[in-house]
Order: sequence, then structure tokens, then C-alpha cells
Amino acid sequence: MPAEHKSVETKYMEERQQFYAALKKLDRRSFIKVSAAAMGAAAVQGIAVPNSFQPVSVAYGEQTGGESGRFRFAYISDSHLYAKEINDRFANALMRAVDDVNSLDPQPDFVFYGGDLAQLGQPDELELGAQILRELKAPLKIMVGEHDWYFDMGEKWRELFGQPTESWDHKGIHFVKLLSVIEEDFWTPRGMTPMERMKTVAGLDNHLQKSFTVGPEQREWLKKDVARYGDDTPLVVFSHSPLYKLYKNWNFWTDDAEEVQAILKRFKNVVVIHGHTHQMLTNRIDNIHFHGLLATAWPWPYAPEGMPELTIEMTRPDPFNVQDGCGDGEVVVHPDGLVDKIYNFWNRNPVTVAREYTASWGKKAVPPQPNRPSY
Amino acid sequence: MRAKYRITIIISLGCVIAVALLWTSSTSTPAAAQEATGTRQAAGDDPDLAAGQTIADSHMEQWKRKNPDRVADWVAEEKERHAIQPPADNSHLLKGGQGEGHTYGQYTERDLLMWSRETEKLVVEGSRIFHDADLLGSTVAVSCDMCHPDASNTHPETYPKFQTQMGRVVLLRDMINWCIERPVRGKRFDPDDPRMRALEAYIYAQRKGEPLNYGKH
Repeated sequence: MPAEHKSVETKYMEERQQFYAALKKLDRRSFIKVSAAAMGAAAVQGIAVPNSFQPVSVAYGEQTGGESGRFRFAYISDSHLYAKEINDRFANALMRAVDDVNSLDPQPDFVFYGGDLAQLGQPDELELGAQILRELKAPLKIMVGEHDWYFDMGEKWRELFGQPTESWDHKGIHFVKLLSVIEEDFWTPRGMTPMERMKTVAGLDNHLQKSFTVGPEQREWLKKDVARYGDDTPLVVFSHSPLYKLYKNWNFWTDDAEEVQAILKRFKNVVVIHGHTHQMLTNRIDNIHFHGLLATAWPWPYAPEGMPELTIEMTRPDPFNVQDGCGDGEVVVHPDGLVDKIYNFWNRNPVTVAREYTASWGKKAVPPQPNRPSY
Repeated sequence: MRAKYRITIIISLGCVIAVALLWTSSTSTPAAAQEATGTRQAAGDDPDLAAGQTIADSHMEQWKRKNPDRVADWVAEEKERHAIQPPADNSHLLKGGQGEGHTYGQYTERDLLMWSRETEKLVVEGSRIFHDADLLGSTVAVSCDMCHPDASNTHPETYPKFQTQMGRVVLLRDMINWCIERPVRGKRFDPDDPRMRALEAYIYAQRKGEPLNYGKH
């Protein structure tokens, strides 16, 4: 071993020293901006690949939103809460995400929750989730996941959070929120209890259930909703399941995806943000750019087939690190409606899938490739 | 140990049922029918066989009373719920060169059916445990499928391997027990625990066709 060889521990301690030295140079305002967003933005600009403590020294002072007409919203998704007495780990993870979002400065315009707040749709699970999310400083927008719905078919969810389908305008962007996890009735013929129905839907690999759909009723609603907007209006659509067909066996799938895509086809730029897949996931079909959300509860493996070409797969999560592969994140919306999607991993460097990356069909601004397999 | 006891009973009685089913259906398969002529008699003609049948029936009744929720065909039910890789097709054994003078070469369709059903049953039992937090003994309602749908990302073909985080060489069962103790927050299974055997069986079965590659990270 050469004399100049430094152990991993030595390198780590040296970086740590540099980090604390750099911190002393920051004023308070810049210090708070040393956030995932800033690190992500640094990565977009190609300044240093985020590595350990280093990005901090190049990232402070970076602004997102404001001057260029961009704005930001934060996201949290897939917390799969059980009642506190049954399992406190998932509740703690959601609280961690809420802390992350609350410490962003400036605060995001709103926080989007991507669905599957509860694990088995129990009223106490949803109430616990609502209680934790109430701590958010920014306004909350929340979407339904199948785990929230199939115990009482959305009764408690509606009582707590209102309409499962809605749309709104924000800074020139038209936002749409869909209920994309509608399944054909498989439970009545089998005489299932509500809990049996819920547990069947809750099993990702359970084949008794049917495929997710948006359904004819909501598709009609969507047609009418977007009718009054010109083709140039930027659209951001939220759906719990990906609004395309990735892997049917795990319902990484929306059965009437093509019909929904057809309604959105005339628009120049459409972004679809979805939960359910618990992983870094990127896709583009013509004018529609798709981004998945990280979960706070646990990461899913990648589907064994059908992976979109644009997806840069995250490294296989370390089972010995209970929150590895989990996290939350932010979305920077550009004036043209396309987004920088920031994955704020809790135990890894943040990754930004930049607007430029999907806009150039993966040719420019390629996010850093992990050097280990995803499995 | 109640669950362990119950599973032992299920497996042993399952064998009795399988044999009983095969016995009654044997006359319908040509090979078995051939074998039956001359060497075996129907239970009705033989007092010993009839007595044996009565005992088997009473055991079956007893088991049904104790397990009302499992009277239905649990193997078929579990297979409907979760995709399970079938065991290897051994039909080549029935072709050509049969009976070249050694007993173990004389296979019948019935043999193959029994191997296949018995093997699959262990795998299906593994699938049940894999997907059920209670059978796993979880104290936090977490089951294996929550991170490993269809046993994905379990890569059993890579064991034994040096598990960096444990600092030693481990087998698949060591990782299963690690998961049971950590994310599942249950009590580790003895290596010979029927639940451990079933879990291993299911996980290996799901990676059918994957080449063994021990030591792979």
C-alpha cells in the first residue's frame, strides 16, 4: 500500500472539516438555502457531481423560482401509514418528510401529496396522516392512492381531504388531479369483506385484483375541464398510477392510459407526476413527460420488463439502511410547463432530472449514472 | 410454536390427502390403470385397505374441523392470488428406455404428478407465508412482499456470498432471518422451521431459470 493512501475514514473526516469550514463563511440566509433544491440545481448546471459534502461549497446562494418565472412545489408520497400503535416507522418517515419540506426557504408554493397515505385505508390511518400533514407550512394538495380507498371506497378520505378529482390554475399552469386507481368490481362476486377487498388491492403482486383505470366518467370530466384551454397552455397532471403502461402484474399501469393521453395530445407540453412506483422513474410519450415520486415508506424494485428508455435507474436500495431509496423532493416548474424533477433521497445525494433531459429525449443534461446495479 | 405445529400438521395431512386423491384418481390415468391390474385391489375388496381408508378419512375430518378456514383448496387459492413458477417438467422420463433393469428408472405419470404436486405445495406454502405478516410473526404488520413483490430483488442465486454489512459469508436463510428480525420485526426462524423451508422454497422457485452465481454482489 503506498504511503499516500488515504483510508475512506480519513477522506470522510477531511471532507467533513472542509464542510464545517465552508459553513462558517455562510450568512444565515444562505445557510438555509443549502437544501436539496440547491444541490439539485447545482447538479443541473453541471457544477460538480454531488458527492458527499462537496456540493455545499458550490451551491449556496442558488435561487430557484422568482426572477425567471419559475416556481417550485414540494412533494411527499406513499407513506403507507399504519396506526401508531401498530407501526411507528412509517409515521416517523412521514414526519421526516414534513420536516424536510418545512425547512425549505423560501417555502414552496404548495406541497403535493402523491397518494397512499394509509396502508389499509383505515380511518385511524388516514386521520394520523392528516394530523401529520397538518404541520406543513405551505398549502397542501393531496391525491388518492389505492391504499387510501378500498376499505370504505373513499368515504373517510373525502371527509378529510375533499374531492379526489379537481383542477386549478397556478402562475399560468393548469393543474389537474385525477383518481387513477379505479378497479372493476372483483370483490362482490367473491363475497369479500371490505377488509379482504382492501388487503387484496394492497398486495402489489396480488392477481385477484383488476387493473387501474381513470374510467369513462373522469375522462369525460377531463375533456370538459381542458376544453377551455388553448393548445399552448402548459398542463401538469397528477395521477397515482403512471398514466402509461409499464408493468401490468404490479399495476405499474393504467388500463385506459391511451384514452387519457389522447385527450392531452393537442397540448404542447404536458407533465404527468405520479406516485405508486416508489422509485426514480422517467418517461416521455410524445408531448407528455412523466416523472415518478419517491416514497417515504419503502422503495419498490424496478419492474422486470417494460422499463422506459429515459429512466435512469437508482441503485438497488440497501436493506441494512432502513430509509435508503426513500425520500421526498421538489419540482421546479418552468414557464413552458416542463419541470426539473428533484429526487431528495434521505441517504444518498439528491438527483435532478432536468427539464432539458426529457425535452432533448435524453440527449442533454443526463443525470449522473449510478455505478451499481439496480436489480 | 403453535404456527409451527399447525404447519407440520398441514404438511403431513396434506401428504395423506395427496396420496388419497392420487389413489382415488389413479384408475383414470392409463399408466396407473395398467399398474393397478393384478397388483392392487380397490379398497372395497380388501378389508385392510378399507380400514386404512377409514382412518385416513377420520384424520381428514378432524383436520377440517380444526381448520375451517383452510378446508377450501388453499393451494389453488394461493396460486390464483400470486404468480408461482411451476416446478420443472419431467415428462422426458416417461419416454424411451424405460425400465432398463433398475427400479428407480420405472416412473409412471403418477410419480411425476406426485413429485410436482408435493414440490409445488411447499412453494405455495412459502408464498402464503411470504405474503402474510401474521404468519411471519411480524410485530409491525410488515410482510416480505411489501418490498419484494413476486420475490423480486431477493436474488437467491447469489448466495452464499460475503454480506458486507454483516462482515461474513451468509446463505439465503441468513438474509431471510435478517429481514424477519429487522424490517419485519419478528422472531428469527430456526433453519429447520417448516416456515423457513417453505420461504426458501418459494424464493428459489421464483428465480427459476436464473443461473447460479454464488458470491455475486
